[in-house]
Amino acid sequence: MSMFIHFWPQLLEGLKITLGSSLIALVGSLILGTLFALLEISHNRVLHLIGRIYVEFFRNIPLLIIALFFYVIVPLFAAKLSGFTAGTLALTIYTSSFIAETVRAGIQSVDPGQMEAARANGMTYIQAMRYIVLPQAVKLVIPPLGNQFVNLVKNSSVLAFVAGFDLMYEGNLIAAQTFDTFGAYIVVGVFYLILTLPLSYFMQYLEKKWNAGSGEREASALANE
Amino acid sequence: MMKRKWKQLGLLSLLLLLLVSLAGCGTSLADENTWQHVQQTKTITWGVKADTRLFGLMDVKDSQIKGFDVDIAKAVTQQMLGKNSQAKFVQVTSNTRVPMLKSGNIDAIAATMSVTKEREKQVAFSDTYFQAGQALLVKKGSRIHSVKDLKKGDVVIGVQGSDSVENIKKAAPQAKVIQLSDASQAFTALKAGQGVAMTSDNAILYGMSTQDNRFVVTGGSFFDEPYAVAANKGQTEFTDHVNTALKQLVKNGEYQRIVQKWFGNVPGFKASDATIGGE
Repeated sequence: MSMFIHFWPQLLEGLKITLGSSLIALVGSLILGTLFALLEISHNRVLHLIGRIYVEFFRNIPLLIIALFFYVIVPLFAAKLSGFTAGTLALTIYTSSFIAETVRAGIQSVDPGQMEAARANGMTYIQAMRYIVLPQAVKLVIPPLGNQFVNLVKNSSVLAFVAGFDLMYEGNLIAAQTFDTFGAYIVVGVFYLILTLPLSYFMQYLEKKWNAGSGEREASALANE
Repeated sequence: MMKRKWKQLGLLSLLLLLLVSLAGCGTSLADENTWQHVQQTKTITWGVKADTRLFGLMDVKDSQIKGFDVDIAKAVTQQMLGKNSQAKFVQVTSNTRVPMLKSGNIDAIAATMSVTKEREKQVAFSDTYFQAGQALLVKKGSRIHSVKDLKKGDVVIGVQGSDSVENIKKAAPQAKVIQLSDASQAFTALKAGQGVAMTSDNAILYGMSTQDNRFVVTGGSFFDEPYAVAANKGQTEFTDHVNTALKQLVKNGEYQRIVQKWFGNVPGFKASDATIGGE
C-alpha cells in the first residue's frame, strides 16, 4: 500500500504511457488489420498473397523481436525511433496480424448470398463490402476482437524492454529501487487490471447491444475457432 | 446478475490474497544461517553476471560463465570450504540479484555489485574485492568527454537496477536517462544511436570497448564503485569468512594472478587503481 502512495507519480506516468500506446496501437491495428483482412479475401492473387505473407509473418514471430527490430536495427539505416515509437509500432503491426485473421473469419462467415444480392442490386464490390458485408461482420467479430484488445494492452509491456517508460518499465525501476520485487509487480498488475477489466466489460456490453438475438450462434462459433 | 457480480468480486479478492500471501513466503530460506548451510553442503551458490565482459560472460561454446567475478568466487569458495568444495553459478542481472538472494536461490552475489548505503539496508557486504569507478562510453570522436558535456536533451543509456543510473541523474540532472534491462542491451541501444553515451562502471565499459573499438571510455571515474560480495542481511558470519578468504588470496598471490588474467591486456587499465591489497 505504501508503494502506491510513494510511487504514485511514477506509476501514473507509466499508466498514461501504457494507455496512450495501447490506444494508438488499438486504432492502428484495427485499421491495418481490416485492410489486410480485405487483402486476404481479395480475388486478386497478388493482393491475396501480400495479405497472407503479412499475416503469417507477423503472427508467428515474437513481439519482442519486432520491437527490438524497430528500436535497434531501423535506427542504423533509417530514422531514429524512440522506445515509445518503436514499441507502439511493433505492437500495432503484431496485433494487426491477429486482427486481420479475426476480421477475415468474420467476413467469410457472412452469407455469400449477401454479397451477391448487393452486387445484383447494382452496388460495386467496395460499396457492397462497406454497407452490407462489413457491418454484419463487425457484429460477429466483437467477442474475438475483445480478446485481441485485452491482449494488446497486456502486450504493451513490451515497451519496458525498449525503454518506453510504460507501466512495466516503471515497475521494473521500482522493484530495483526498493528491492521489493513482489510488491512492485503486484502494484503493476493491479494497474493493468484497471485498464483491462473496463475494456473487457465494454466489449461485452457492445456484444450484447449489437448482437441482441440474431447472429449469436455464429459469434460463439467464431469465438471458439 | 447481482449475485454473479459478487461472485466475481470474491474470486478477484481471493486471487489478490493468494498473491499477497505468496509474497510472504521465501523469507524462511533467507533466515537460515548461510555459513552453516554452505559448510554442510560444501557448496556455495553464487549469483554472477552472464552479460558482462571481463566479469561474468556466458561462453557460448561450452555454456560456462567466465570472468573475474567467477574466478574470484571460485577461489573464495576453495579458500573457505577446502579443496573438495564446489562453487555453483547462477546467472543474475542487476535487477534480479537481490530478489534471488532474498528468495534463497543463491547464497551470495559476486556480480559487479558496488557497495551503497541503500543496499546496505538490504544485504550484508564483504570487504571490497575490486575498486571500479563510474565512467561514460561514447562513440569515437564524440563531443562528450566528461559528464559536464552532457547537455539538456542528451540521452544517456543506463542499466536498470544499477546505481550508476542514480549517480548520473545527480551528476548530470539536465540529461535524460533511459534504462535497459541489461548491459549488453544497453550497449546495443548505444550502437543504434538511442543515446549519446552509456554509463556504467569503467571496468564493464572497458570490456565493451575492447569488443568494439568504435567506442571509447571517457569521463574519468566520477563515482567510486567498490565491488563487494553480498550475502543476505545479517549473515555476517558468512561475510567474515569471505573477508578472511579474500585476505588469504591476496597474501598467496592468487588474487593478483586472477587480476592479471582478466585485466592484464586491457588498454588504459591501471591495476593499482582498481585492485585491493596494495595497502
